[in-house]
Amino acid sequence: MRIPLSWLREFAQVPAGSSAEDVMEELVKVGFEEEDVHRPTDTLQGPVVVGQVLSLVKEPQTNGKTINWCQVRVVPEGQEQSLTGDGIDPSGVQGIICGAHNFVEGDKVVVTLPGAVLPGDFRISARKTYGHLSAGMIASVRELGIGDDHDGILVLSRIGLDPEIGSDALELLGLYDQAAEINVTPDRSYAFSLRGVAREYAHATGTSFTDPASLVSAPSTLTGGFDVELHDDAPIYGIPGCDRFVARTVTGVDATRPTPQWMVSRLRLAGIRSISLPVDISNYVMLELGQPNHCYDLDRLTGSIVVRRATAGEKLTTLDGRERTLNTEDLLITDASGAIGIAGVMGGAHTEVSGGTTSILIEAAHFDAVSVARSRRRHKLPSEASKRFERGVDWNLAGIAAQRVVDLLVELAGATAEATGTDVGKAPEPVVIDLPEAFAAARIGIEFTEQQITQALEDIGAQVERTATGYSVTAPSWRHDLETREDLSEEIARLVGYDQIPATLPVAPPGRGLSRTQQQKRRLLQALADSGLTEILAYPFVSSAANATFGTAAGEAPRALKLANPISEEQGWLRTSLLPGLLEVARRNHSRGFRDLALFEAGAVFLPGARLGTAAIPPLGIRPEEEVLDGLYDGVPHQPLHVAAVLTGVDSPAGAGHQPRPWDWADGVDVARLAADILGVELVVTQGAHQAFHPGRTAQLSLRSGEVVGYAGELHPKLLASSDMPARSVAVEFDADQLFAATADVIVAKPLSTFPVATQDVALVVAQEIPADEVLAALREGAGELLEDVALFDVYAGERIGEGLKSLAFGLRFRAPDRTLTADEASAAREGAVALAAERCGAVQR
Amino acid sequence: MTETLPGADVPNPLDEAAITAAVDTAVAAIDGASTLDELKAVRLAHAGEKSPLSLANREIGKLDKADKAAAGKLMGSSRGRINKALAARTVVLEAENDARILVEETVDVTAAPCRRRAGARHPLSTLQDRVSDIFVGMGWEIAEGPEVESEWFNFDALNFKPDHPAREMQDTFFVEPPEAHLLMRTHTSPVQVRSMLERAVPIYVLCPGKVFRTDELDSTHTPVFHQFEGLAIDRNLSMADLRGTLEHFARQMFGEAAQIRLRPNYFPFTEPSAELDIWHPGAKGGPRWIEWGGCGMVNPNVLRAAGIDPDIYSGFAFGMGIERTLMFRNEVADMRDMIEGDVRFSEHFGMEI
Repeated sequence: MRIPLSWLREFAQVPAGSSAEDVMEELVKVGFEEEDVHRPTDTLQGPVVVGQVLSLVKEPQTNGKTINWCQVRVVPEGQEQSLTGDGIDPSGVQGIICGAHNFVEGDKVVVTLPGAVLPGDFRISARKTYGHLSAGMIASVRELGIGDDHDGILVLSRIGLDPEIGSDALELLGLYDQAAEINVTPDRSYAFSLRGVAREYAHATGTSFTDPASLVSAPSTLTGGFDVELHDDAPIYGIPGCDRFVARTVTGVDATRPTPQWMVSRLRLAGIRSISLPVDISNYVMLELGQPNHCYDLDRLTGSIVVRRATAGEKLTTLDGRERTLNTEDLLITDASGAIGIAGVMGGAHTEVSGGTTSILIEAAHFDAVSVARSRRRHKLPSEASKRFERGVDWNLAGIAAQRVVDLLVELAGATAEATGTDVGKAPEPVVIDLPEAFAAARIGIEFTEQQITQALEDIGAQVERTATGYSVTAPSWRHDLETREDLSEEIARLVGYDQIPATLPVAPPGRGLSRTQQQKRRLLQALADSGLTEILAYPFVSSAANATFGTAAGEAPRALKLANPISEEQGWLRTSLLPGLLEVARRNHSRGFRDLALFEAGAVFLPGARLGTAAIPPLGIRPEEEVLDGLYDGVPHQPLHVAAVLTGVDSPAGAGHQPRPWDWADGVDVARLAADILGVELVVTQGAHQAFHPGRTAQLSLRSGEVVGYAGELHPKLLASSDMPARSVAVEFDADQLFAATADVIVAKPLSTFPVATQDVALVVAQEIPADEVLAALREGAGELLEDVALFDVYAGERIGEGLKSLAFGLRFRAPDRTLTADEASAAREGAVALAAERCGAVQR
Repeated sequence: MTETLPGADVPNPLDEAAITAAVDTAVAAIDGASTLDELKAVRLAHAGEKSPLSLANREIGKLDKADKAAAGKLMGSSRGRINKALAARTVVLEAENDARILVEETVDVTAAPCRRRAGARHPLSTLQDRVSDIFVGMGWEIAEGPEVESEWFNFDALNFKPDHPAREMQDTFFVEPPEAHLLMRTHTSPVQVRSMLERAVPIYVLCPGKVFRTDELDSTHTPVFHQFEGLAIDRNLSMADLRGTLEHFARQMFGEAAQIRLRPNYFPFTEPSAELDIWHPGAKGGPRWIEWGGCGMVNPNVLRAAGIDPDIYSGFAFGMGIERTLMFRNEVADMRDMIEGDVRFSEHFGMEI
């Protein structure tokens, strides 16, 4: 909401020297936010004066253009020029070149004299052009920054002005005024008006306030006016779409009269363009009082006005010239011809006032907020009117606002008011709130006095009555946000000042610290970073193709969530894998010259099941039944925490005497193993298949229970090539939640034997396709209880072994809990191990 | 170097002067050896089997019995002198040798290669952890919840009326199909609702996490960002408790001199509501108040939605943006730096903020 200061001063005690900034600072105290300052003189400085064109000589130029060489009087005849400076002619007549042709000798115009500065830091000076010394400029509204029209210069008589020559044009055009722009929260609809803001300014400064509504004398009853019928057969939430409709009529309107500059200037500062006098008056009254209203060309209305819901298929061409198909929930203003407006949103084109309009019907009505909000959303028609109705308008204002429009039409447009009028509808019950004696003090933490409470509530316009237990408070008709004792507490605190609230620190009961899972997550992420990986946070928005490639293992049907209103249609899906985001970040880093990367992300992926959401939503303000709650919980899709990494290039920076190692598939497996080790979970690595990975270099990661938790290895060469990634790039992704869940509750200690160790090595030849891990498992099982540890320390394939075979070398460590092992015992255990490996894997000892 | 060469005259073991002279010669040669190799040669020449003194020693056998003792004594003391000299010289030369090797092994330590890759946490994660730790230190617990959420938890339970403008102002991403009433949470407040439903009163929880709004990415906006929201439900909580908690937190975060300011505001889920500003003495362009977040007393309708009796309990809630906090605390000028994943951004912070 923008507040022109000159307008605010009519109703509030704003000190003469106050700037828009000063006003905003006061308003911030009572709960508004600063938005902006609008002050024409920030970019427009004089001398800018009224001039009269004495002579105008048309001079055709060689470039085909014709320019006007003008002599312009800028001080009244017979007076001397009091301004001095470069280019100011002491005679009071300036020679000025002008390219526009919409004026003639004798016209009064706006002259920007040498020394003036126009918006865009356009400095005016006397300069030689077209063979003359042009000492100033005859300005257009666009050059002055007060309009878009640049078809010609501003001829003052055409906007109804005949000022004295030499007078200050900035003053004349209201350009010394300024506006403070504040942000109004959606609960405080009344502050979308000068009336509301002036009241708040008075609260903030402790000064007096004049209610603009009190300055209007409207008749208490209206009869005999235009026939209006309220007929809502489908109220939303049982609330009638229209509960008051005031109609007033005027005749003898001259709609072509220019709008006075004070009004144009205030509207402009408030952000509203001047259109025509009747429309400007309508807008002016809306801004002043907060009551949207509408002017119809009375001669174009047929029959009586009926406010009703639309019928199926009904159409209306709105003021913006668009034909709209109406919905049966739309509340309409209709006459015998059909729809003439969508209530509270926009009027129809057919009944619009025009230059030829002589009789006007003024509508000032009260419409239901929800009905207006839905129509506005449905037709995508945000308007100043709908903004106010959606947030709530004072029911009592309609008659006053209609009278104010009538008064201004009489005063400015030569209209004659008709004594008759229409006022139909039913006033809502006033909201009465019970405020217990000590409630505000307990809720706010300030020991308010009775005086403070009563004063604050009366200041905001409420009626306060003392009761045995506290206060009975009748909310003012414009404060739809006041319904509860909490609302009143805020008002009291706000007016007394939030800065008066003391600080006390409540003591929470003994806590449990971070949960086990939260600690596990922290240790995992920290370990990954400590091991040299860099954490990134990518957006969860991906393409459907990316999900199909990365989000499912080979053969699984992809399921993913789609956004209804994504920022980009292509990236309109929620990720089922972290890898697309990591690869995009990797590519961005590559393009910035960083090729050697180790990136990781920990984040949610979205894995919808068969059940998605709930068909209905329980109401607010009441705890849903358990079954309903369970339904809500179950409808929320599975969103496990995934951890993924992408490695490209080499593992470390090259250095003197240090040869970095290119990342390879095993590094991917190692990241997963690190995670498992950190969490104390056994990770089973087997040969896997996943379309995003190299078919021969994919490790499937599982828990001992058999659940697959992820994949690691080298990304598919074709995928890397097509996504502009370096060959041999490595990736890993796993479900961290599954790892967290698989950790042991309690780790049982193992007794430590201090008897000597017996080590034995064994080399086994197996077929190439036998996984080393399988052989290892067979050795472990076959070696029996004496085995302390077994590890693979070499893999060899070559001529000496034979085609299709490989040799695996294992080191076995044996130890007994109660004695020193003999060489025979150790050998026997080794033989047992080899025998089982032979049986299971066809292993042959070299 | 050796003055007594093999084959030279063998001194008479009874000739004390000759023996002493030979010993002197040997000791001089030993002391003159400048390397361990030279010393070895000197030892062979003067104490070896073929050395004059060894040969003289052998002559003792041929002497008269009466002379043997004197000769033996003379030769024994001669050997002693030589061995002592050898041992002493060996110590010196070995020390010299060791020292030389260490000098020869000198490297340029400034050219040490970095064999380790330096990893980094994202500063938003680090900051989130730090904020959580402050509240855990106050006895609060950390609560988390899903990012795709039911509309009820995100709006209705938080007292957003179905057609109220406040609901639209949240710029919500909706999930298809619309009939499922699922959305990307627009704040972490649904976690507060879940906490109230799942935990017993009193409740003191902090809910950090990712939230979503349909803003295009630019230098000050991002469609995905992080918040932390706090919720306390207990008997007799007031706005003074809210202010005290926020002040304590601000001081933990920004130092003892930190100040906060509350201004009236509106949120559907709190009443009264306030905007929270923090005084930033080090702000670029001079000290000033910076908008940090929103807060207020939990609206009774929110308590009712969770089955908590507002006549018995009251509560307060607050919420701040982590990106915003990082921006003014650490002078991050452009939101995109936090989003794009340029490794220079995280690596500059390392494990700290």
